[in-house]
Amino acid sequence: MAAPVLRLGFPGRLWALTWRDGGSRHRSGSQTGPTSIWARRQSSVAQPSLHTAQKPRKGEHKWAAVVGLEIHAQISSNSKLFSGAQVCFAAPPNSLVSYFDASLPGTLPVLNRRCVEAAVMTGLALNCHINKKSLFDRKHYFYSDLPAGYQITQQRLPIAANGHLTYCIYLGKKPSQETTKTVRIKQIQLEQDSGKSLHDDLRSQTLIDLNRAGIGLLEVVLEPDLCCGEEAALAVRELQLILQALGTSQANMAEGQLRVDANISVHHPGEPLGVRTEVKNLNSLRFLAKAIDYEIQRQITELENGGEILNETRSFDYKLGCTMPMRDKEGKQDYRFMPEPNLPPLVLYDDTSLPQGADSQQVINVDQLRDMLPELPSATRERLVQQYGMLPEHSFALLNEVGLLEFFQNVIKETRTEPKKVTNWVLNTFLCYLKQQNLAVSESPVTPSALAELLNLLDRKAISSSAAKQVFEELWKGEGKTAAQIVSEQKLELMQDQEALEKLCQTTIDGHPQVVMDVKKRNPKAINKLIGLVRKASLSRADPALIKKILERKLSL
Amino acid sequence: MWSRAASVRFRAPLDAGRSFASKAGPQGKIQAAGLGTQAPRLVPQGNGRVSPAVIEHLERLALVNFGSREAVDRLEKAIAFADQLHAVDTDGVEPLESVLEDRCLYLRSDNVAEGSCAEELLQNSNHVVEEYFVAPPGNISLPDMVNKIPSSTAE
Repeated sequence: MAAPVLRLGFPGRLWALTWRDGGSRHRSGSQTGPTSIWARRQSSVAQPSLHTAQKPRKGEHKWAAVVGLEIHAQISSNSKLFSGAQVCFAAPPNSLVSYFDASLPGTLPVLNRRCVEAAVMTGLALNCHINKKSLFDRKHYFYSDLPAGYQITQQRLPIAANGHLTYCIYLGKKPSQETTKTVRIKQIQLEQDSGKSLHDDLRSQTLIDLNRAGIGLLEVVLEPDLCCGEEAALAVRELQLILQALGTSQANMAEGQLRVDANISVHHPGEPLGVRTEVKNLNSLRFLAKAIDYEIQRQITELENGGEILNETRSFDYKLGCTMPMRDKEGKQDYRFMPEPNLPPLVLYDDTSLPQGADSQQVINVDQLRDMLPELPSATRERLVQQYGMLPEHSFALLNEVGLLEFFQNVIKETRTEPKKVTNWVLNTFLCYLKQQNLAVSESPVTPSALAELLNLLDRKAISSSAAKQVFEELWKGEGKTAAQIVSEQKLELMQDQEALEKLCQTTIDGHPQVVMDVKKRNPKAINKLIGLVRKASLSRADPALIKKILERKLSL
Repeated sequence: MWSRAASVRFRAPLDAGRSFASKAGPQGKIQAAGLGTQAPRLVPQGNGRVSPAVIEHLERLALVNFGSREAVDRLEKAIAFADQLHAVDTDGVEPLESVLEDRCLYLRSDNVAEGSCAEELLQNSNHVVEEYFVAPPGNISLPDMVNKIPSSTAE
């Protein structure tokens, strides 16, 4: 089984998919890598053009899609961005709300230091320029889950800007088919989260829970360098891994800690950009990719049929697999940005500008934070490839599953088996079992020590590899037995007795003269048959390689 | 009330590939913080009149009601009053974003110190359902109000 590379359940590679748009034929062969341009041969009948000045184009009529993402990541902190209320996922409604979060008159925002540090660290990890002075603004709009009627954000002068995020696309198994792509980061800003609304259409009311209101968010704005759903999903995945490695956010999309909005437009290369639509309500990477691809195709179809794209907000219906206009967001919003009058500018320092004798609690030193940055996923992958000689795909797979890398490293610690074999066992067997039963690494019935023990037995040739698989299956049942116990219980040990094995081989040779004759006739399949017979006779407890050697010696081949 | 001084340097909400920067200038006329909206151009008419389309837009945004011609008049006078700022020469002067600009922004340490006052907060609302605040459903858009304002402006 191939190493589970991030495929997100796509039916094969994106470019292999054929799009059906109004009867166009299949996309012509040569895809030039991940530029993902939808090509469509025009019909042989030239379409009558409204503008006589424009010659109808013959041949390939390419579309290019432009996708920009706005990602909101909930900062992992104890208290909220501007108040001392607790940050917690599930809690009784409105129990984690301070007076400021409820927007009671007379309350003022007080900035949380941890959130600033999280923003700076994320900015540094994403190669951004950290603005030593950043400002807070108010973004006004009316919605019941926004008690103040405005959201405090950092629109004009955010805390970090002009960075980039690199991610890998694997087009196949060969290392040569791995490409690195980069998406530029426009800015990273701190902002408040809004509360949660539960729509009760039956009683024509909305229930508001403000527990989430005021939690710190990192908004990461990506430049429109992406061109399809797969790229977007991979970029967001990499961002997720970075945020998790930094500890700034748990970035769990299912729990709403990471939200992505996509801005999608299509155009012909060389022409100005088309009208964009915004797609919201995407709560998993798979849906993100699906929604983007669907929207791109919808826009292409619409434009090719002579329609036009409205600048609107759409939501993704995951059951139908399509995007629909959101009724609530008709018309463009005018947010009436203004500076937040209650907050002075946020000033950050570095080693050179740090004021002397300053209270360390009140100043943030960017250089200090830079030194404290943990190893980022890309660096970890590099290190794994160097240290253990594994394929980049494998290192990607190890990092892709929570806790898997740690598991792998713990196994390595306790066994002398070569790393390639350990990688193989962890990624192919262990991970396979986990996925089959939909378990997380932390829920695995097999501990790293147990697996290490099994691998040691295998390494010592105490058991055969097929026996090892059997033992693993037993271990998976989680009945507390060690590998050694299982081996002795089920009598899976390889025969160590050379003499007994020789006798067995001799018996088999004597018992099957016909096969022996075939072997002597140099029939290549016959030797395998003989080995099989010996193995059966030994109840699968003999090493096939050893059997072969003995037989060959006996039959003086 | 539009705070003109503050709208000088605003950037539009981020559009893929189309970002508008407001053409500022304490000297020149302030173009609309052209946020790519369907908002009517807010360039002052020169005659100090505010068009009905603009009034309607303001009402929708700020949920105020310019019910009468007098209210619109008052708005126009207020705008004219603020226009006096143009008399000041601000060449080469950085805009003041906040009167607190030389103050230190206090950083709070990340401890939980508030919350657990659901009962108290819910007392503020006269309609509560099982510890949730109750609000009307979604956003109901205002009906078109342009025709309701007695307009003597030709636009």
